[in-house]
Amino acid sequence: MKAWLALLARELRLALRHPGDSLAAVLFFVLVAALFPFGIGPAPEALARLAPGALLAAALLAALLPLERMFGADAEDGTLDQLLLSGLGPSAVAAAKAAAHWLTTGLPLLLATPVAAAMLNLPVPAWPAAMAALGMAAGFLSLLGTAGAALTLGARRGGVLLPLLVLPLAIPAVIFGAAGIEAAAAGLSPAPYLLLLGALLAAALPLAPLAAGAALRVE
Amino acid sequence: MDTADAPPLAGPAPARGGSLHRFANPGRFLRLSGRVLPWLSAASLLVLAVGVAWGLFFSPPDWQQGETVRLLYIHVPMAWLSMGGYVGLAIGSVFALVWRHPLADLACRELSPVGALVTALCLATGSLWGKPMWGTWWVWDARLTSVLVLFFLWLGHAALVRAFDDQERGARMGAILALIGAVNVPVVKFSVDWWNTLHQPASVTRINAPGLHVDILYPLLVCALGFTLAFAALVLARVRAAVMERRIRTLQLAAARRAESPAMQAAARGVEG
Repeated sequence: MKAWLALLARELRLALRHPGDSLAAVLFFVLVAALFPFGIGPAPEALARLAPGALLAAALLAALLPLERMFGADAEDGTLDQLLLSGLGPSAVAAAKAAAHWLTTGLPLLLATPVAAAMLNLPVPAWPAAMAALGMAAGFLSLLGTAGAALTLGARRGGVLLPLLVLPLAIPAVIFGAAGIEAAAAGLSPAPYLLLLGALLAAALPLAPLAAGAALRVE
Repeated sequence: MDTADAPPLAGPAPARGGSLHRFANPGRFLRLSGRVLPWLSAASLLVLAVGVAWGLFFSPPDWQQGETVRLLYIHVPMAWLSMGGYVGLAIGSVFALVWRHPLADLACRELSPVGALVTALCLATGSLWGKPMWGTWWVWDARLTSVLVLFFLWLGHAALVRAFDDQERGARMGAILALIGAVNVPVVKFSVDWWNTLHQPASVTRINAPGLHVDILYPLLVCALGFTLAFAALVLARVRAAVMERRIRTLQLAAARRAESPAMQAAARGVEG
């Protein structure tokens, strides 16, 4: 556990020294959210109708951005081999990477959610549900994305392949997350949808690092 | 001491691969599959000719759907094959990952393009049927969405396996992806029961009795058998071609090395002299 925390701390320190990466993902998220009003016109009702899905789609696309380099830099300079020899299991390494990805990309996106929600004219009572849905959906994507990044490590055109592998599997998170936000915007309880999203997250939590670890072990 | 007459190490002899690895020998596989393939192809063509003719010309039109029902003689077998094929891919991936069976690697690699084609045909025929029957080409119903995800999984597998310079690494990555994607198969199967949306629930494999009249059921089953045989024949032919391709590449590499070595030796002598 101590080694795992040390690895997580290393990832976070690295991210802190390059704050531009997290910032770029947040800016991308806000910009995509800002494109929708231009695309469909600024009518408030139309925007509010579209906001749940647009928020989730924008957040998932933004969270995909840093995945391509998740293992790339470490594999090039040999750090990855060191990590795999460190006594931590490959799955534990993958889990640390996923946790770091969520903390450095998912969490900033969560903080930017109110800005994007305001731009898309989402009713204020739905904002907590939106933040809960985005937080869990981003966590789901961090886990899936870690598996995808481990699978495409060393592949030609890995950056193009990664979204092709990860996004179809992320569809359930979009469905349940958007349904939850929509329910909250209509004044209903978002709990059933958010609980389903939580179940997805709970299933991915052990399975995705396992798959990513199996892929990392192939050398 | 000569290693040839060294005493055997203590402990039991390493297990021979047993029946599992008998077909890992490419020569044996090529001989056996070469004998099976013509029969398999002929059988699939024969059954398909009977099934398609029966379904398209000699079966009665449905009382509600009219002639459009004939699309289902293609659509339903393709849907079954897209799911059954993926289950086959997952089983092959387990063999490839656990027992490192070289033939399972090749079979998975050659299975996914055929699987993607079958799933695309399932989606296309379903869409053509949906326009006159449902009044729309496409709805985001649970069954359609999960089959679309299945299609992307097939394509992703085909692309991932071929994306590595090291073929073995590609095969392992593809096997892991196939097992991740296997979570989608039960979702496809039970989507019509879990969500009450537009696509009808299973009507052939009901517990008590099929929900189809025998006039439609029998040609459908013959078509399904024919397409399954054709699927198997296509995959087998592709695996044979892949084995031969690998063999040709090895021969060419060996030939290039042979052609190169006298020239290299001459060059080396030139540098030394």
